Amino acid sequence: MSTSTTKSAIPESNYKAGADGLLLEVEDLFVEFHTPEGVARAINGVSFDLRQGETLAILGESGSGKSVTAQAIMGILDMPPAVIPSGAIRYCGQDLLTMNQEQRRKSRGPEISMIFQDALSSLNPTFPVGWQIGEMFRQHRGMNRSDAYAQAVRLMERVAIPGAKDRVKNYPHQFSGGMRQRIMIAMAIALDPAVLIADEPTTALDVTVQAQIMALLAELQEERQMGLILITHDLGVVADVADRAAVMYAGRIVARAGIEDLYAHPAHPYTRGLLESIPRLDQKGQTLAAIGGLPPNLTRIPSGCTFHPRCRMAQDICRTEEPALRTVGNQQSACHFAEEVLNG
Amino acid sequence: MGKYIVRRLLQMIPVVLGATFIIFAMVFALPGDPTSGKCGERPCSAEYVAKFREEHNLNDPLLIQYGKYLGKFAQGDLGTNYYGIPVKEDLAKRYTITGRLAIMAIAFETFIGILAGVLAGVRKGRFVDNLVTVSTLFVISIPVFVIGVFLQYLFGIKWGIFPATVPSLEASTFSLILPAFVLGSLSVAYVARLTRTNLVENLRADYVRTAVAKGLTKRRAVGVHTLRNSLIPVVTFIGADFGALLGGAIVTERIFNIQGVGGYIWKGINSRDGIAVVSTVTVLVIVYLLVNLLVDLLYGVLDPRISHE
Repeated sequence: MSTSTTKSAIPESNYKAGADGLLLEVEDLFVEFHTPEGVARAINGVSFDLRQGETLAILGESGSGKSVTAQAIMGILDMPPAVIPSGAIRYCGQDLLTMNQEQRRKSRGPEISMIFQDALSSLNPTFPVGWQIGEMFRQHRGMNRSDAYAQAVRLMERVAIPGAKDRVKNYPHQFSGGMRQRIMIAMAIALDPAVLIADEPTTALDVTVQAQIMALLAELQEERQMGLILITHDLGVVADVADRAAVMYAGRIVARAGIEDLYAHPAHPYTRGLLESIPRLDQKGQTLAAIGGLPPNLTRIPSGCTFHPRCRMAQDICRTEEPALRTVGNQQSACHFAEEVLNG
Repeated sequence: MGKYIVRRLLQMIPVVLGATFIIFAMVFALPGDPTSGKCGERPCSAEYVAKFREEHNLNDPLLIQYGKYLGKFAQGDLGTNYYGIPVKEDLAKRYTITGRLAIMAIAFETFIGILAGVLAGVRKGRFVDNLVTVSTLFVISIPVFVIGVFLQYLFGIKWGIFPATVPSLEASTFSLILPAFVLGSLSVAYVARLTRTNLVENLRADYVRTAVAKGLTKRRAVGVHTLRNSLIPVVTFIGADFGALLGGAIVTERIFNIQGVGGYIWKGINSRDGIAVVSTVTVLVIVYLLVNLLVDLLYGVLDPRISHE
């Protein structure tokens, strides 16, 4: 193919980050799931932004809406049952939610990319890994098969897969868990996206491998100045990597802080509960603190502060009045007693 | 891979021996005399009967008869039937038409079945899906002889689009369309349902979500990523069905008066023609086993997780 060289040239991006490096703005986003059991309000007015070279951690338990937020940004929610009644997701100033399907599709990969929790099930079992990585170039840059394979080898070498050249035609089941996640990462960064969303990237891995994968992500993020959204329920994983953190509970952001402040001086009882439930070696033999109760059923979200049924500090006001996210010190907290939590 | 094929071929030997022996013993045990009715309205003469029985080893005990038969079979001699015609000759003639019928039926199954299944799976819960689900259920619940006779009447007699019967051994492909459709109709329904179910299931798979997140077009995410995985069980079904169809289709062949293998076995059983029945069945068993081996090899090609080492 004589045209392959011109076609495979890196296309000029239609998107330019804002003057202050602003890449992504999520504004008052709502997501509902219309199920036979009723309407599950998965996301209730979430707002945050992300800049170039910045790592934002989104923390929370299962069902808090972290993954739904990520999938809404990627535009890979199944709609229906999912519905986005209001809100905006602006990438480089353009609202992804009002874009047409084709524009949106073309943004997935070259602009915004995502890696998932379970790399084994997230990779197609019937195609070689190199083929799957190379597919990014074939779909988005019209590259031919052999050039795409060459690109796949380059990327596999970049994410430190030993013997990349010989393994490019191997299948996912022939790799270990950590190597599979590296392949997912190679695929996600293939087209140099400006934003990378990592949804529980290390949850399915051994602890030693977790650290390696986090280090790789941090390195790639630094090298390419990507905006990285790191979604996890494991506070231990993000401490060294993230710049800022947002804590989600029942589809809302309940706390927002720089990562040091979040760990050192939590300003929300839920954040404090999460921190206390991290196992620590110096407290061996003591009962591990846990947050009592379960996250609420999203079809019947509690009145007032959604966390009040599980909160040790809950007062009457918490049952009736929903606390707004407000500034306390140099962080934000949606708690009526944020000052007390911060200073207690 | 080579080792695997050799092992599979060796495994076929006991299967073929066992199958032929069972058939042989069953034909041996059938009541009735093969010479009855061979000499017109009167009983055959004693000399003729004695000569006939001698020629076909009918006076030997079962095991000796079977041994003699096997000895010939191992040399590629399928024996002569009770009319003095070599079974090999008969089979060669009839196998062509049965094979053509089977291939055409499989083509219907593959194209119509998979197409209907994909359309239904992609539009789950919509009109096309309901149409496919209901119509396949309809086909599955009606016996093939009803469908056969009904379509024969409609297309063959009332509208005269296709010939109603196909007695010639050199029948044209066109004249075989109707019988092949009838023969494949049940499997078309199964293939459509199997494809639909697997597609619906695989569309929810994590790797399809990844495919969408990679910015692939919907056509590519469904047509390449989902379909490949969904078709693995379908290929197995079609392969096994092809093996079965190569064994002849007694009902369909009789409806359309096709002189295929199915009818040959039927005739052989009725006239107590032991050699014809045993030889034909043995050939069918071997063909079935070979087709199955091919399907298993193909399975490994489609799904790299399956290794034949």
